[in-house]
Amino acid sequence: MMELLQTLHQAGLGLFGPLWLTVWTLVKIVAIVAPLMVGVAYLTLAERKVIGYMQVRIGPNRVGPYGLLQPIADGLKLVFKEIIIPTGSNKFLFVIAPIMALMPALAAWAVIPFDVGMSAANVNAGLLYVLAMTSLGVYGVIIAGWASNSKYAFLGALRSAAQIVSYEIAMGFALVCVLMVSQSMNLGDIVRGQQGGAGLFGWYFIPLFPMFLVYLIAGVAETNRAPFDVAEGESEIVAGFHVEYSGMAFALFFLAEYANMILIAALTSTMFLGGWLPPFNMAPFTWVPGLFWLLAKMSFVLFLFLWFRATFPRYRYDQLMRLGWKVFIPLTLVWVVVVGAWMQTRYWLW
Amino acid sequence: MLMSFETIVFYLFAALSVFAALRVITARNPVHAALFLVLAFCSMAGIWMLLEAEFLAITLVLVYVGAVMVLFLFVVMMLDISLVQLRAGFWRLVLFGAALAGLMAFEMIWVLGSSRTSTGRVAIKHAADYSNTKELGRLMYTDYVYPFEIAAVILLVAMVAAIALTFRRRKDAKSQGVPEQVAVRKADRLRLVKMPPENRARQGLDSTEEVAR
Repeated sequence: MMELLQTLHQAGLGLFGPLWLTVWTLVKIVAIVAPLMVGVAYLTLAERKVIGYMQVRIGPNRVGPYGLLQPIADGLKLVFKEIIIPTGSNKFLFVIAPIMALMPALAAWAVIPFDVGMSAANVNAGLLYVLAMTSLGVYGVIIAGWASNSKYAFLGALRSAAQIVSYEIAMGFALVCVLMVSQSMNLGDIVRGQQGGAGLFGWYFIPLFPMFLVYLIAGVAETNRAPFDVAEGESEIVAGFHVEYSGMAFALFFLAEYANMILIAALTSTMFLGGWLPPFNMAPFTWVPGLFWLLAKMSFVLFLFLWFRATFPRYRYDQLMRLGWKVFIPLTLVWVVVVGAWMQTRYWLW
Repeated sequence: MLMSFETIVFYLFAALSVFAALRVITARNPVHAALFLVLAFCSMAGIWMLLEAEFLAITLVLVYVGAVMVLFLFVVMMLDISLVQLRAGFWRLVLFGAALAGLMAFEMIWVLGSSRTSTGRVAIKHAADYSNTKELGRLMYTDYVYPFEIAAVILLVAMVAAIALTFRRRKDAKSQGVPEQVAVRKADRLRLVKMPPENRARQGLDSTEEVAR
């Protein structure tokens, strides 16, 4: 594998000269974004299928075998629909909002390690970068809500802004615990820190179990997914921030939401579930490439997302704020101290 | 002379931040002004990244763009601002503002233009594995731990004071008693009654009325 990359680099340098770095970066970006978009498309299908079976229905099964072509049909439909710009809206911001929603969801993938040494950029402050990028996602929602010149959209935007800012704090503190344990902000080093003879018992979800739960739940809130989907709240404010959007502009919001879900799944797997590491350090498990393990863990977390949506009713707004401020933030603060003290004792095994 | 890639990027970010900063004060719509401020922060983060200060750059985006400006927008969007009112005292304040701007510009030229502080010095390039974050953290929690902690306490006091000043307890306010809500058990609200099955078809209308009663 490494030799193959070496020869590829040599050939590229010969072909493009000093521009090779740019070309190689572009290749890496395409190699991440293209599968991600396919993943998003099929995650929508998986969602409809999984929730369908949980509600004793079949889900989409008309387009293609087992409904497998359904996301493509949906995408085509949305591409051919007209984008209506409401009168009295702010046209520039109205158009730029879906882009602002999708951009950070894609940018954060730059530092995710897929296997040993396999990431688009090996950034030392990777964890901070991810946190900064995910915190930018809220702009798409706020700008969309404001530029639409609609009360429902605006209410959705305000709800979303308050919610994301609240849950970001808990999320940040959960990541502080990971950072303390791994003593690095490089996502690759965080995964390497979970390596060891103990297999899955060496992963950080065991010493940081409360933080694992907090991160997962805050991740659901951060992506505006049920039961935290008050920004959309179709039964209260019709569709929240994207009520005025149609066609491809609406589809971009959809893409951003699902890309964010996959991102949170990847981050949870990387930081708490051992990233590319196999669950047991034994022969048949170590033969499987690391990318497979990462994808398996991501699929598990994504299934949890769908399961939550099919199971829980939407949170009432005050309950949601209470959970964020009065439960998660104190819990994470206490756990930072607990982990700090625990790491000083000799009972720290990780 | 061919400019290096970094110089080009620097001028790009610098031009963008100057433009965005100018638009912050010239934009008519306050929401646009706030969004231009976001753009200014982002391009400044880019410039700091060029200086290898990745911790500062990312924290600027994380804290100011990701949290502070969101709350700013939150407030600005909800305000009903009349532009006429905003421009009312413009000519009265412009002199004071210009004097302040002149002072700041003078200070900046004084500090940055002096040969003792910056001119002719080239920052040392660090190796790729150099972690700016780690170095900053080490300094902050060893050499500068007291100033750091004092700054933190001052901020905490400011926060408590701001909340104490603006918090008004209303007499007619209603709130949820969450512990009571959580403490509710199924038995408090729901009573399951066991009753024998009835064959309505055989008994006719009379017995259905009885059940309804």
